[in-house]
Amino acid sequence: MTAILGQMSILERKPGALDGAPEWFNESREAGWKQFLELPMPGRKHEQWRFASLKELDFAEVGIPPISKADGHHGAVGMEVRSARFGFVNDTLVEEESNLPEGVICLPLDRALAEHSDLVREHFMKQEATLGSAKFVALHRANVANGMFIYVPKGVVVEAPIEVFHWLEGEDIVSFPHTLVVAGENSQVTVVDYFQSDSKAKGSWAIAVNDLVAEQGAQLTYLALQDLCEEARMIQVNNTLVGKDATAKAFVLNTGAAWARQESLSKLGGSGSHSDMLSVSIGRDGQEYDQRTFQHHASPYSYSDLLYKNTLYDKSRTVFSGVILVDEEAHYTDAYQTCRNLMMSGDAEANSMPGLEINADQVKCSHGSTSSSIDESELFYLKARGISPREARQLIAQGFSVEAISRLKNPALETLVLSFAAREFDRIVESVS
Amino acid sequence: MSLIVKDLHAGIEGNEIIKGLSLEVPKGEVHAIMGPNGSGKSTLSKVISGHTDYAVKSGSVTLDGEDLLEMEIDERSRAGLFLAFQYPAEVPGVSNANFIRAALQSRLPKGKELDAVAYYKDLYSKMDALGIDRKFTARSVNEGFSGGEKKRNEVLQMMMLDPKYCVMDETDSGLDIDALKVVAQGVNSMRSPDRGFLIITHYQRLLDYIEPDHVHVLAGGKIVRSGGKELALELEARGYDFLKEETLTTA
Repeated sequence: MTAILGQMSILERKPGALDGAPEWFNESREAGWKQFLELPMPGRKHEQWRFASLKELDFAEVGIPPISKADGHHGAVGMEVRSARFGFVNDTLVEEESNLPEGVICLPLDRALAEHSDLVREHFMKQEATLGSAKFVALHRANVANGMFIYVPKGVVVEAPIEVFHWLEGEDIVSFPHTLVVAGENSQVTVVDYFQSDSKAKGSWAIAVNDLVAEQGAQLTYLALQDLCEEARMIQVNNTLVGKDATAKAFVLNTGAAWARQESLSKLGGSGSHSDMLSVSIGRDGQEYDQRTFQHHASPYSYSDLLYKNTLYDKSRTVFSGVILVDEEAHYTDAYQTCRNLMMSGDAEANSMPGLEINADQVKCSHGSTSSSIDESELFYLKARGISPREARQLIAQGFSVEAISRLKNPALETLVLSFAAREFDRIVESVS
Repeated sequence: MSLIVKDLHAGIEGNEIIKGLSLEVPKGEVHAIMGPNGSGKSTLSKVISGHTDYAVKSGSVTLDGEDLLEMEIDERSRAGLFLAFQYPAEVPGVSNANFIRAALQSRLPKGKELDAVAYYKDLYSKMDALGIDRKFTARSVNEGFSGGEKKRNEVLQMMMLDPKYCVMDETDSGLDIDALKVVAQGVNSMRSPDRGFLIITHYQRLLDYIEPDHVHVLAGGKIVRSGGKELALELEARGYDFLKEETLTTA
């Protein structure tokens, strides 16, 4: 597919109302467009865009694609054991399979709006985007037409993961993947979002929003696997709200795209809440991953642990900016934040900006960021067993990510992520003497 | 067919540590090198295995006639050399099973895949023989292993890779007596007319369990005395100090 001649840029095209959508939703779209026009584009002076490559934010040629006629997506095979899977090509539903326990609502957003309007409304884009991309979240709000709405009622356990594939098809197009997951009291659910494309998606964008709500005692696991083609770009804004005694685990993998930015906010909103924020990024060529995180402890006895691991080849680049905020009343908080970079090339660049703001007593907090190259004694050990230098470096680099992946504590999910990582390592051609 | 070190001069950062060392380990024999701290024992193992921190000034090391010093580290291993490390590295995130598998795979011709079923069968039987719990296959290489577990893991790799010559660098250090016995048993089970051993050790203790054919004493970067297994006992009884006296009297 080639670019649509004379298509109107996403920056200028007012989306308008969506046929069949409830009134509140169309009002929300309208408000989103208004907000988008009001907010400035990120600039050099925006602290939240420090070190960012602003030149990547070029939407002049980017437009909404026509409704896809595709009969399927070409994404990953996915998981063998799953509860449901949905596939979208440019936000058009192309695949649907569901084997969920009774009471679980797992529907494409357009259908959820028709059938469960009030429930969607109660949770839809309720949290403000505060980590820099408010303008793009507004653009998403104005344009979003589809996505997934997943609601797990009280006490229901969804054993196997729900998979959602978002496929980008075509040049210079933009899609607005949306995932809203509400895990009710003491429920359990795992959702995997795949963001993929082939090389035809040159100049294309995914501007994704995913909101996660873990109500009291719930266990919510969310994975975003970003493996877009090397000429596509992505912004993903992730808001997680963790209730009393609930556990949220979010994992982001970056292997694809020219540039991807993820903003992840986790709000520990109930006492005893627990949040794991995990990420693995493997950059090569000129790929760039820009990650901004916020661990907001708003309740006592809350726990958060962030571990981001980046492996950087060639001239790839990362920006990590992480803030831990502990509110005045959030006593007995444990908050940890670690970002580690493995520099596989002298030309790669890692920027880290950890931040800490503690307003309560009785708090255990730590943050740390390191960048190092491969350990020579490990390399020697592997080579002394006959493993070639190239293979030895690859094994060690792959092993570096495992610390974060193993925190998923679920063999099937770990295998899935490792398979994406392994594919990425196969694409890496290092010249090693 | 031997591992031959000839008039080797080598060191690190300009300091010559090995000063004219010559040694021949024929296949089928077990040679022990004993020596006090700082005599050059570990340097010898590093130089033979090709550690790039160490520079060879002159001399040669050959494996069945092949020039080892011309080979890269990994090539030496594939040529049949095995170094059991004194301090094996920990490799986070790389499972022990994948590590050994990669080492075996590297010995196969390009395009040929290791038979995974046969590999695990072989691995498990050797782990059983060494008393290594099977959960160690999934654990990261040496990460969080005790001293004894690390050394057993070295012997496991040695058994799996089936080398022609084994250089064991202070394998007994940090081992309790039970672990020492297991390690020695592993080594003894590998003794064969097709394999040579060079066992580097500070103490005679290991040689109670692995009986050497020859014992060499390393001091000041060269072999100062060679003899049979009784030499080890003599060293144990008299300490390394008598070497100094002897050197003095013969000087």
